[in-house]
Amino acid sequence: MVDLSLSATRRPLVTRYPSLLIFLGVLALFTVSVTILSEGFGIGVISTSFVKTLGKTLCLCLVALAMDLVWGYCGILSLGHMAFFGIGGYAIGMWLMYARTEIIVRESLAAAPLPPTPQEISDGIAAQIFGVVGASEFPPIWAVAHSLPLQLAAVVLVPGCIALVFGWLAFRSRVTGVYLSILTQAMTLALALYLFQNDSGLRGNNGLSGLQNLPHLDHVSQSTISIVFFWASALALGLGYVLCTWVISGKFGSVIRAIRDDEARVRFLGYSVEAYKLVIFTFTAVLAGIAGALYYPQAGIINPAEIAPIASIYLAVWVAIGGRGRLYGAVIGAAFVSLLSTWFTGGQAPDIDLGFYTVNWVDWWTVLLGLSFVIVTLFAPRGIGGLFDLISERRSPERHGADLGPEPGALQEREADR
Amino acid sequence: MFSFVTRFLVCFGLCLSALSPVHAQQIDAPVQQILQAHGEVIKKSSRRTIGPAIDALAASGLTDAQVVLQRWQDKEMWFDRETGIFVFGMAADGGQLSVFEVAGGAPIGVFDKKQFKQLKPNSGIRGLIASALVQFQLNDPDPDVRETAISSIERDPDVSHLQALRRSIESEIDPALTARKSRLERLLTIRFGSSDAKRIEAIESFDGDLGVDLRAALNPLVSTRIEAAAELPEGALALEVGSDDLSVDAAYDILIAAELAPPRVSSDGLRDTLVANIDNGTVAGIEVASLDADEARFSAYAALAEAGLAQPLVTDATITETLQKFQFYEVFTGAPVSVAQAAQVALDDIETRVALSQTADLALDGLSLASIYFLAAIGLAITFGVMGVINMAHGEFIMMGAYTGYVVQLFVPDYTLSIVVAIPLAFAVTFGAGVAMERLVIRWLYHRPLETLLATFGVSIALQQLAKNIFGTQARPLTAPGWLDGSWVINDIISISYIRIAIFILALLFLALFLFVMNRTRLGLEVRAVTQNPRMAASMGINPDKINMLTFGFGSGIAGIAGVAIGLYAKVTSEMGSDYIVQSFMTVVVGGVGNIWGTLLGATMVGFLQKSIEWMNPSNTLAAQTYMILFIILFIQFRPRGIIALKGRAAEA
Amino acid sequence: MSTLLEVSGVSVSFDGFKAINNLTFQIAEAEMRAVIGPNGAGKTTFMDIVTGKTKPDSGRVLWGEKSVSLLTLSESRIAQEGIGRKFQRPTVFEDQTVADNLMLALKKPRGPLSVLRFRPSRADHDKVAQLAEQIGLENALQRKSGELSHGQKQWLEIGMLLAQEPRLLLVDEPAAGMTPAEREHTTELLVEAAKTRAVVVVEHDMEFVRRLGCKVTVLHEGSVLAEGSLDHVTADEKVIEVYLGR
Repeated sequence: MVDLSLSATRRPLVTRYPSLLIFLGVLALFTVSVTILSEGFGIGVISTSFVKTLGKTLCLCLVALAMDLVWGYCGILSLGHMAFFGIGGYAIGMWLMYARTEIIVRESLAAAPLPPTPQEISDGIAAQIFGVVGASEFPPIWAVAHSLPLQLAAVVLVPGCIALVFGWLAFRSRVTGVYLSILTQAMTLALALYLFQNDSGLRGNNGLSGLQNLPHLDHVSQSTISIVFFWASALALGLGYVLCTWVISGKFGSVIRAIRDDEARVRFLGYSVEAYKLVIFTFTAVLAGIAGALYYPQAGIINPAEIAPIASIYLAVWVAIGGRGRLYGAVIGAAFVSLLSTWFTGGQAPDIDLGFYTVNWVDWWTVLLGLSFVIVTLFAPRGIGGLFDLISERRSPERHGADLGPEPGALQEREADR
Repeated sequence: MFSFVTRFLVCFGLCLSALSPVHAQQIDAPVQQILQAHGEVIKKSSRRTIGPAIDALAASGLTDAQVVLQRWQDKEMWFDRETGIFVFGMAADGGQLSVFEVAGGAPIGVFDKKQFKQLKPNSGIRGLIASALVQFQLNDPDPDVRETAISSIERDPDVSHLQALRRSIESEIDPALTARKSRLERLLTIRFGSSDAKRIEAIESFDGDLGVDLRAALNPLVSTRIEAAAELPEGALALEVGSDDLSVDAAYDILIAAELAPPRVSSDGLRDTLVANIDNGTVAGIEVASLDADEARFSAYAALAEAGLAQPLVTDATITETLQKFQFYEVFTGAPVSVAQAAQVALDDIETRVALSQTADLALDGLSLASIYFLAAIGLAITFGVMGVINMAHGEFIMMGAYTGYVVQLFVPDYTLSIVVAIPLAFAVTFGAGVAMERLVIRWLYHRPLETLLATFGVSIALQQLAKNIFGTQARPLTAPGWLDGSWVINDIISISYIRIAIFILALLFLALFLFVMNRTRLGLEVRAVTQNPRMAASMGINPDKINMLTFGFGSGIAGIAGVAIGLYAKVTSEMGSDYIVQSFMTVVVGGVGNIWGTLLGATMVGFLQKSIEWMNPSNTLAAQTYMILFIILFIQFRPRGIIALKGRAAEA
Repeated sequence: MSTLLEVSGVSVSFDGFKAINNLTFQIAEAEMRAVIGPNGAGKTTFMDIVTGKTKPDSGRVLWGEKSVSLLTLSESRIAQEGIGRKFQRPTVFEDQTVADNLMLALKKPRGPLSVLRFRPSRADHDKVAQLAEQIGLENALQRKSGELSHGQKQWLEIGMLLAQEPRLLLVDEPAAGMTPAEREHTTELLVEAAKTRAVVVVEHDMEFVRRLGCKVTVLHEGSVLAEGSLDHVTADEKVIEVYLGR
């Protein structure tokens, strides 16, 4: 028995988590197939816009992975991760917009009799970018927008720092459960409302646009760029998956799952629950930021509506439908639901004629999604991922509802302790 | 005597032209006599000389004189080219003219237009006529006309009104109009009073008044201008350059405007000068290609200035040097110093009072916002606070209530009746929805708060889209009854609309209803029992399932009524629920879960806070909401359990 | 024997109700102590104060040779100082295996980064196996602890406490709901543990306390009513009055 347990924990990550290998295999296969079928590098069966959709979906899978880690494993139902996703998008979008506008401004000033001074170029860029909100000067947050490395650092640092500060405040005052969810939702709302203002320095509700046009790469066609971004997204998702698996595999994973199930008990074991939550919250915020930075150049436009709380709620919906508490569940959920949403809301789904009423899916898809979410929560808390348990019966462990929060008994005990 | 001669002359003229169209009896009318007496100046129609004619008409006090002035102003006065008799004329078909008597307006007949000449008063004359007319209007027997006249003076005061106004005060019988006239007279005196002493007296007579009109009258008096001179004039107060009142740039701009200093060379001007002096790829011997930095451009420009091809560059050093040669001081431009100072004192006094009133007004605004939040949150306080069930679809119940009100108004056109019908109906609809949701969803998820949160999110998303599908995306009106229109005005600053007062009263009613139901009814007793110990309650014959269902229905029903109230005040859209849900939760959490007084305090705090932040930055309600949410996040740091902290099951949820 | 934990003059009240009233309590290293008392005597609150869950209104709680005050430390810091606690109901992490549970409790660096890097060594596995043997769960190491019986969960929790290698063990009603045979085993575990560390057992069951054979402290209305051997305290007039309500 002792030897068995020893070998059980000493084996490499991949063999301990066979799903990791399967996942990476499927992802690789998918990437290769899409490349072959694409317009940029293959036979052109898949349109460039659909390659972009698939690339964006991979980014959504990555943020869903982050959500699963923070919610499914650590029990923090964050309604703020799409905000971090959006911040990542804004961070990269600022550089994209700055650099592209700089090229345009330089070209237009090249015709002038005198060579332009740096100040003239900067003024020209500012007038171009902020004319739409009636400003013509760079706000302080654009201070490093000219530098790709610094904005890339911002993709990681800004969501990370916001998560660190917010998490530190929230966790140290022992805000948990639904309170924490509402607080994260409030944070998201505050951020979205802030960005909606014209003097937020990020062009108000116009957002940042034209992000699909990469500076200095005008000669490269969108079909090529789309496939490169698709690869980058797939790579990020693969790396993210490995990293998340590594995080949850060892004792750390054991601790965070224990925090999810009974954080008071973990505290009495000597673990600083707040520190662990903070690490997970910040790490996943960074992951979300990276996903956003890959997503928005493919989407082409970002505006504050993308950050609104409803986006984070949808993220929770994806993870719940996919099956939380298992990483592949989150990925499946995000891919399945977001692609289905695209299909339904894109008007491709056939309308259903009921005789007295025609169900138009563009209108009714959201209703269906909401209701199916209720049904999944009620009747299939394991989500789509639960189907895998049915298929591989031998790997189906008895689950004691632990990933659904503490059982009623545990709750009442804490009252008894009081 | 004079009129006699006139009459004689006119008679004489008439006799000479027997064919003249105008009858002889016209001449006897007093108004015609006045017109004839001033016939020459009237026909000459010059602003400079017309004064006595208008004054004579105005002073006559004749009703006809008023009509004459009016129609003259409207360019309807004509005179007979031959006899010079004045008539009213209206263009008729075929180049003809319908002619009427100036006295009484009786028709005379239709004649060839060529026999008459039209008086065409220019705008200056029309202005004089209008001023003269004001006097008639101010003394008109119809109070409505008098009021219109006062209002028109209030809108567009002029020095010419002052005399007429003063004269009309004595004969005024309506006390309200007397008060308005007297106030207006003093306001006009402030502006146009003949002597400084009278103006100051008028200013001081307004002690304690906050009127916008008063401030409008005073403000121009205290306008100042900053002037510069080498020596400070006697008694003038020097301003320090570089202080908050006068920046270096502003001071230099004053010198430029007064042509006491050369204008600065803008970067555009500098560039243009350089461009103009490009010679064979160089500017003043410097390669054009190297002019891509400010330093290079400055030195090229300096070289040009040296060569006399450009005016010298004004640098910061020269600006400082120039400014030292001058003294800057403020002068009053709107009024003599004594009047301006009195006005300044009065304005300062007003400002203090206005600040006080604004605080009071802000408090009222805060109170009304607080009651809206309270209305939105009270249903939540029941489902979340009492039962520990988090209902993210609460906002959609509010929306449902509002749409119920809208649908009722489609069928019941009377607004008062429709509201009376809508309130119970909204309660019924959302009560039913709440009960259905409790039965179908929430019952299976007790003790699993995060699951409840998610499932109710699903319901919320579905309901919102459903509303969109049924009612469309545009806002629907929910019209308040007429008696709720308008507002209660306390003074020029403090006012509150009746609808907000109604919402405030409704909030109080809800509070009373809640307290009554929870503390005085069997249902309340059982709810509290089930909340505290469901098993114990069950063993005493209370059916917890039923109680939970009813409580949830009750909370949802109240949300429905709140929806009607909010719909009256704001717009009805499918997204109105989500506009309130976060604030509602904040209200409950800040107040302290499970305690209605906590919710009340929470709503008060959130409402007042939001109004205060908006007041600090009035242009930006979005930012206000952002800062408020941040404040609440910080507040929860210090009181994680809210203002009124409870111990027990709900607090642990 | 030196004093390990010294609680002096501690009071705490909840909404006006004095749960602990000027309580003074001491325990030495490698000592076993049973704390008894009627319902509402403040036994659980006493444990809450020592473990940092509840902050007292007044008084001192000093720990170890250096007399560190526990009042300023967080729960996790106190646990790291070497105070382990077992709750009334068994609270183990039901979703995880017995081995995981024990590994989680094993005395190792507790910081997030060191835990992230942590990979169990052979010695760690041996330690877990040995603990499992001690609590009679050597055949259940790879089972999910949620599948265990009530008694087994209690033992697992005691095993987790032992894995923490605390210097002071606070055990709340360890024998509740156990069969006589299971009680026997529990007694052995506790007596064994008390050889190397201080153990405080809160218990209602006099028979169980008698079998522990240690000094007894009687709590009543938040303060110490009597202290001494079981025979001594059960002969005490005041104790009899409190227990029998005379």
